[in-house]
Amino acid sequence: MDQDLIADLYRQMLQIRRFEEEAARLYTERKIGGFLHLYIGQEAVAVGALSVLEPQDQVMTGYRCHGHYLARGGNARAGMAELLGKATGCAQGRGGSMHFYNVEDNFLGGWGIVGAQVPVSAGVAFAQKYKKDNGVTLCFLGDGAINIGSFHEGMSLASLWKLPVIYIIENNQFAMGTPLERTAPSEDLSIRALGYPMASATVDGHDIFEVRSAVHSAAQRAREQKLPTLLEIKTYRYRGHSMADPAKYRTKEELEAQKALDPIFTLGEKMDSLGMNDLREKIDQEIENEIQDAVQFAEESPFPDESTALDYAYVSYNYPS
Amino acid sequence: MQTETLQNTPSEQVAMREIAIRDALREAMSEEMRLDERVFLMGEEVGHYNGAYKCSRGMLEEFGADRVIDTPIAENGFAGIGVGAAMMGLRPIIEFMTFNFSLVAIDQILNTAAKAHLMSAGQLSCPMVFRGAGGAAYQLGAQHANSFEQFYANTPGLIVVAPSTPYDMKGLLKSAIRDDNPVVFFESELTYSLKGPVPEEEYTIPIGVADVKREGSDVTLITWSKNVFLTLKAAEKLAADGISAEVIDLRSLRPLDTEAIARSLKKTNRTVIIQEQHEMASYGAFLSHHISTELFDYLDAPVSLISCPDVPMPYSKALEKVILPSEEQVVEAAKKVLS
Repeated sequence: MDQDLIADLYRQMLQIRRFEEEAARLYTERKIGGFLHLYIGQEAVAVGALSVLEPQDQVMTGYRCHGHYLARGGNARAGMAELLGKATGCAQGRGGSMHFYNVEDNFLGGWGIVGAQVPVSAGVAFAQKYKKDNGVTLCFLGDGAINIGSFHEGMSLASLWKLPVIYIIENNQFAMGTPLERTAPSEDLSIRALGYPMASATVDGHDIFEVRSAVHSAAQRAREQKLPTLLEIKTYRYRGHSMADPAKYRTKEELEAQKALDPIFTLGEKMDSLGMNDLREKIDQEIENEIQDAVQFAEESPFPDESTALDYAYVSYNYPS
Repeated sequence: MQTETLQNTPSEQVAMREIAIRDALREAMSEEMRLDERVFLMGEEVGHYNGAYKCSRGMLEEFGADRVIDTPIAENGFAGIGVGAAMMGLRPIIEFMTFNFSLVAIDQILNTAAKAHLMSAGQLSCPMVFRGAGGAAYQLGAQHANSFEQFYANTPGLIVVAPSTPYDMKGLLKSAIRDDNPVVFFESELTYSLKGPVPEEEYTIPIGVADVKREGSDVTLITWSKNVFLTLKAAEKLAADGISAEVIDLRSLRPLDTEAIARSLKKTNRTVIIQEQHEMASYGAFLSHHISTELFDYLDAPVSLISCPDVPMPYSKALEKVILPSEEQVVEAAKKVLS
């Protein structure tokens, strides 16, 4: 197996993990306001999926968006600064935790209304097909999004119009505090694809190589045949739904069993077994430095000037009145 | 009012012909689509059926199915697709058969399109138009007779336009399509057949500029959309009684042409607002507040506001006419602010 690839995937997953751990710490220090939804435990999904994309491909997700932002090349400093509401943030303090953007690298952001990104992503794919830019769109959503109308309307139109979009349900087992068994009649979420219809698969989200392979096939289908795909990727979040959620709806044993499958730990062990210990330790240190630097940058950055509070309501407001 | 011909502002030596609003809208869309490949039309029945109100007649033939796109009945879905396409630099025109159905897509309009630019600090924008008929028509019942201007006009990030005449419809729709912000564009089922003068030559009308549809000196009647016609008739009746009423057609609700209102009120010192909304938390209530505070010194009488009474629209024509604003109401209200 390609050692550079393994090292790269490990580095990206660890970057997300450490970013999120520091975010949690800053939240408890009340330096981060609002909602903070952490991606800890799900790293293999974003990193695996985005690692097989081409530069012209587009990525959109829901409000648990830090992992996708980082995996799509987002800058850790700008991400951390956004969490602190600073002018140097990736949305200049206008977005916050749920609304990270890095449009330059085709990361179209974090969206806060469950499922609304499903039709919007279909629209992004529609534009790619319209402009014939050979791009595909990757849309992430949670298992909590599969019962809302916009999910069905977006899926149905993506299939009808043969749009190059890949929908990834990150099934982390809980819609906020409600386990899947109480929100979905079947625990196989990929069957939702049958009615539209579109190709689908269920994927083990702890295995980053399985994620890569499934997304690669789906991207090929989108690029070459202009057909959408629905992937259910089974994963798990270690923290609560947000920092406000102590997650008392599950047992400690369940959590520990999931942690035993941790994708970062597993890949780290693989590196060690391949004799890559030195490189792994070097990466660990580099990521630690990068995240500490990001925190310091965010803390030292200025808040947006009050005089800019009304900026960005409109693209331009050159109306006579 | 359905088929009559109207006088309108463009009167100079321009080559004019009389066309219906549905054709003015079609010309606006077709001209912009010829000029700019990024513009496309999407909605229910816009293609093969030529539009539920025939506003897109012949467009499928001219532009093909890639740019005139029939949708299933899924407003949230296709409005969202428009939003995503606009973020990618296209310029979608999303047609709602009527704005009554925009409510199932309103999340995409208010919470996605209107907020993308701010939340991304300018990295994203949604240059697009949501258009369709708003307000009551003949006996459509409670669910198909809504005037929902207030939802959109209350949302920063959106532009809201509600013109009345064929000339204004065409010029403003062209400006809306060219605008870099998401624009909500209200038409009226009752006036699609209404004809008026429209120049042969290309023109646009700037967003945010009201139009004085009739000059007067005693009282200012402020309205928008199809109630402009009812208000003009009321002004004629008032003239017969020796009262000179000025009629302001707002044309744009957001942004509001506050200067046009001020100019008129400084002359007349009295005003009646005519709307098809329910009064509580309505656009007219906002206008009334604006005038009462910003132009207080010029007012010789309280602002009068004609609205629909607080009941969903009943079906029977005997009841519907009780609910909708009438010429008589406007005449009476004008006389009252003058008394």
